[in-house]
Amino acid sequence: MKTTKLTKYIRRYFPYVLVTAAFLICQSLISTGTMPRTTKSLLIPVCVYIVMAVSLNLTVGISGELSLGHAGFMAIGAFTGIVVAEYTGSVFSAPEWVQLLLAIVAGGVLAGIMGTLIGIPVLRLHGDYLAIVTLAFGEIIRNVLNCIYISLDGKKLHFAFNNMNIDGKLLFRGPTGATGVTRIATFTAGFLLVLVTLFVVLNLIHSRSGRAIMAIRDNRIAAESVGIDVTEYRMMAFVTSAVLAGMGGALFGLNYSTLAPSNFSFNASILILVYVVLGGIGNITGSIIAATVLYVLPEELRRFSDYRMLVYAVVLIAVMLVTNSTSVRGFFDRFRDKEQKQRKDGPENKTGKEGAHHE
Amino acid sequence: MTAFLSNLINGISLGSVYAIIALGYTMVYGIAKMLNFAHGDVIMVGAYICFCCLFDLGLHPALGVLASMVVCTLLGILIERLAYKPLRQATSLSVLITAIGMSYFLQNLAQLIWGANPKSFQTVIPAGSVNLMNGQLKISYVSIVTIAASLVVMAALSTFVSRTKMGKAMRCVSEDKGAAQLMGVNVNMTISVTFAIGSALAAVAGVLMCSAYPTLKPTTGSMPGIKAFTAAVFGGIGSIPGAMLGGILLGIIEILGRAYVSSELGDAFVFAVLILVLLIKPTGLLGKAVREKV
Repeated sequence: MKTTKLTKYIRRYFPYVLVTAAFLICQSLISTGTMPRTTKSLLIPVCVYIVMAVSLNLTVGISGELSLGHAGFMAIGAFTGIVVAEYTGSVFSAPEWVQLLLAIVAGGVLAGIMGTLIGIPVLRLHGDYLAIVTLAFGEIIRNVLNCIYISLDGKKLHFAFNNMNIDGKLLFRGPTGATGVTRIATFTAGFLLVLVTLFVVLNLIHSRSGRAIMAIRDNRIAAESVGIDVTEYRMMAFVTSAVLAGMGGALFGLNYSTLAPSNFSFNASILILVYVVLGGIGNITGSIIAATVLYVLPEELRRFSDYRMLVYAVVLIAVMLVTNSTSVRGFFDRFRDKEQKQRKDGPENKTGKEGAHHE
Repeated sequence: MTAFLSNLINGISLGSVYAIIALGYTMVYGIAKMLNFAHGDVIMVGAYICFCCLFDLGLHPALGVLASMVVCTLLGILIERLAYKPLRQATSLSVLITAIGMSYFLQNLAQLIWGANPKSFQTVIPAGSVNLMNGQLKISYVSIVTIAASLVVMAALSTFVSRTKMGKAMRCVSEDKGAAQLMGVNVNMTISVTFAIGSALAAVAGVLMCSAYPTLKPTTGSMPGIKAFTAAVFGGIGSIPGAMLGGILLGIIEILGRAYVSSELGDAFVFAVLILVLLIKPTGLLGKAVREKV
């Protein structure tokens, strides 16, 4: 009995240990000066994509709803973050870390509000319809962002729709996006954001609410019949995921000097989905590893860039075919049975979905 | 008034293309109960094949259209056999992700073969227009041919589904796969035929679309694909007349929205329609409500 409890403990805190270890290694490499500059520039985006993948995994893996508009929330977070950082920086002359903190919080809040507004209609739907509507909302967000102009005139923010003749310094100009952004994002902030994301998502999964969310995923009708408020819990997962995506987006936005709404197209959503699927749907540690490896590898292997997306597509199909093939599943089940026979009190794992995270 | 009429005709012409694409979506959804995300990219492949036949091989336009239909039919059957058939029993999430993967695969393969630069599509329909109302209202030949072609396709498809044995099998499978199999319908064969017809229609739609909007690149098909899906949902997914009606209405909404409200928000309009329809009447205009069985 003791060993199971211990393994459970290790399993639960493993993501934190993994991320912290990686952070410490990177920091020591930076301080000794052995990390190449190109690798160093990847650190913040990797943190952002870990946040994006883990938060999308909450919707896709834990709540079981395919969301294809995750980049939309990221875009809202990014541009809110940029405007807030610029505003607090020039009006209150706040120190950089305060700007960054406020930007991330504001990005998260606004994405959360949008998530709630979108969630009300979206979560009445299921399956394919839900997926296509999240896609539609992602595209609408990008379309509307293309028409928004924001400027800072002294202490006042001006907003305009489809009209770029507004007073003051333009912070955000429709399709061109934001230019001349002060890059205040830091690796430490990225690491802390990853920790916060893990803390929120893992605690949610292991709570009563998390079990309710997973019950709805496994069988909505059964969950409803034992008194679980389906809409409330699906909404909880969806909005949490949106807030985290907005926070990640804010950090992402403050890492580049120029950023346009076209950076957050449907393709960006698919890229995050690829991380989630290849890491294992519902597996948080898997998302972290997949996001890191798949983000760093193509940057390091630039000469294969033509084939990169092709390979992603093939792998995506192959993973789905293999995990759903009865013969492959039977093969792995045999191993699992053997393992279970060896330690008789192991967790019941037979009915699990591929790579699903088990409590 | 003439401006409105000409917008309306452009809308109907664009809507006819959406309707042809939406027919493919709606038939596959009705029979295989899956959202074939790669359908939009089959359109793109069809347009590229026609482009190659005309531009590289110098064939007659009719032969080009025929060749692209044949290639797309085979492609549709191949996609179904390789990627979707093993997933008949899988959850809808797995099937949808596979379809997205397939869509990505086709786009990137096209980019490797034909390059990422947009190609200017040589129209298969002679340029020019019919002048009405003392030359104030011009209707281009492309619009006329598109509308006529879609009417022919719709009539042929309706006859096929309602009169032939295979059409009957399709209706059976879409109603109850298990029962159809027990009655001796070859379900796998029926699903393959559905994919074949849907893909052949996609090829026609690709050629028509690129004749009207002559830039061709690997991502050409994805947006019209999604909009056509919207059209299928709008008309009631699974319903063939619904797909036609939904497609034409959506084309009109898009063109009028672009012309009278904001040219940049055209796509946003289309998606807003999708969301409204799903909220107000989830079964679409002509769809039948299906009770959820516990």
